[in-house]
Amino acid sequence: MDFSETLQSASEALTLNKLRTALATLGVVIGIGAVIALISLGQSSQKAVEAQIQSLGSNLLTVMPGAQTSGGVRQAAGGATTLTYEDAKGILTSSQITTVQNVSAELSRRAQVTAGRNNTNTQILGVTPAYQEVRKINLSSGSFITQRDVDSLSKVAVLGPQVVTDLFGEGANPAGETIRINRMAFRVVGITTPKGGSGFLNQDDMVFVPLTTAQKQLFGVDYVGSISVEAKNEKVMNQARDEVGYFLLDRHKLSDPAQADFTIFSQEDVLGAASQVTGTFTALLSGIAAISLLVGGIGIMNIMFVTVTERTREIGLRKALGAKKKWVITQFLAESVILTSAGGILGMLLGAILSFVIAQFINLPFTISLSSVFLAVGVSGGIGILFGWYPAQKAANLSPIEALRYE
Amino acid sequence: MIKASHLSKIYRNDSVATVALDDVSFEIKKGEFVAIMGPSGSGKSTLMHIIGALDIPTSGTYLLDGEEVGKLSEDELADIRNRKIGFVFQAYNLLPRTTALKNIILPMVYAGIPKEEREKRAADLLEMVGLGDRLQSTSSQLSGGQQQRVAIARSLANNPSIILADEPTGNLATAQGEEIMEIFQELNEKGHTVIMITHESYIAEHARRIIHLKDGKVVEDNGNHKQRRVNHNN
Repeated sequence: MDFSETLQSASEALTLNKLRTALATLGVVIGIGAVIALISLGQSSQKAVEAQIQSLGSNLLTVMPGAQTSGGVRQAAGGATTLTYEDAKGILTSSQITTVQNVSAELSRRAQVTAGRNNTNTQILGVTPAYQEVRKINLSSGSFITQRDVDSLSKVAVLGPQVVTDLFGEGANPAGETIRINRMAFRVVGITTPKGGSGFLNQDDMVFVPLTTAQKQLFGVDYVGSISVEAKNEKVMNQARDEVGYFLLDRHKLSDPAQADFTIFSQEDVLGAASQVTGTFTALLSGIAAISLLVGGIGIMNIMFVTVTERTREIGLRKALGAKKKWVITQFLAESVILTSAGGILGMLLGAILSFVIAQFINLPFTISLSSVFLAVGVSGGIGILFGWYPAQKAANLSPIEALRYE
Repeated sequence: MIKASHLSKIYRNDSVATVALDDVSFEIKKGEFVAIMGPSGSGKSTLMHIIGALDIPTSGTYLLDGEEVGKLSEDELADIRNRKIGFVFQAYNLLPRTTALKNIILPMVYAGIPKEEREKRAADLLEMVGLGDRLQSTSSQLSGGQQQRVAIARSLANNPSIILADEPTGNLATAQGEEIMEIFQELNEKGHTVIMITHESYIAEHARRIIHLKDGKVVEDNGNHKQRRVNHNN
């Protein structure tokens, strides 16, 4: 019995009972396919979450007013009125601040917007030209708010695509048209490209107007809602945060940082919170993958065990006819290897196809990691071979008389 | 050819010892046709296992072609079974879903006979047992009698010293049983040594010599009966 002879009799034995072979292969295919699909879907969604957070901009600081402590009571950030457009200009022009490349002051309120017979309630965002740079706003037509608009309190507006749809209908180009915000007429000068997002963060459902117009004409205030600070790069984030913080303390004539009437957030703070979420997410997915690996493994174990055990009589016969123990074991091992290899390859394909289809369906990036393939094929294949070999060597160790009597 | 002296076999199960064979001695010469007869529990199956090198005696010696089988390792026993014994079982024991040809080839694969030779020899053997037209039939496509004839052809694959048949007609109707006996008698006339285990005296009478076992002992061993011949109608 040489190697090719063993392989030949193993593959012959596999073709004899096609249903049994098909079922055993299917067990392996499902086991391996499910694990690969689950792991790669998990990794895809993790990537999607990370990419979304990254797209917010990783070198951005946000200064919110408030959060000063008075008499031990800490006020909610954003509730106060302590930041001004002058603060924003100061940050950009101060000689003490070396790490900041762009500053944008914003004031945001909800208001009723009408155009002809249509009207909508949306977010009005008073901005400076720097906003476009800092928040990476792209226009599908027209231009953004200019410095001249800000200086001269122009009544111009840039619309988000959702607002365009609400007021003028899908796909309309209302550049040059007039809209009314709180009954005040504004000329539409530009439309932003769709950015996605949802809820109060929906960047498509916004109307941009010059900051000064929003402050003085629309809402009658002299403060800003927040200041966005873009650092020169990610490495100087901490330095930028300190510089901006001390500059504002100085400007507000406060000596103790604990007295600060503003709060500075970085994207890293947001990322930190999010990475905690994705960490839990990853742990959950690893758990699911481990369980499916276990379930797949047990499935493979069962089918291999039953397949070989029901052939105990055959093993007895082969031994009675002169097969040596090691030949019997080698043949069954060869059968398990052929079966699990075939199942492994098909399982990999199934897993890849499955995760591709699902990723397409729920709109995730498709990734498949080599490590998940190795894990699935390694563990499931190992189990398949082990549980093909174990009952075979048990049966081969029986005396041929006992094995022949086996029912 | 076969020399058994003082064979004993004792099975120990949960400290209860069962004596299956008790001091059995006999000799079988080349070319004999021997039936080993006895009721169930007489030890005839145990004796068959020892003769067939499927098992070894607890004490006593069993010489097959001058070799002491009881002293051999498991792999050496497998080799003896492969080359020197041709088994015919009551339940035929053909590989399921496997063609008649491949069933006969199996022992030759284990003996390491080259591929072309074993296929030719298997076809010749099937021709000899009258199944030359059923080479590619699987066991489920064959009647019981035909399956047993395939099994006989398989037993001859490696040209063994002994054909050892364990209740070869036990699962067959009388007419089919007769056909099997006819083949054994023909093989015996060609010089093959045939040893057959049975509990039916009608079947045993087809042999030339009958060894009677009872309670693990040989109680009678003679060739005085008139051998029952199967009518050759060809």
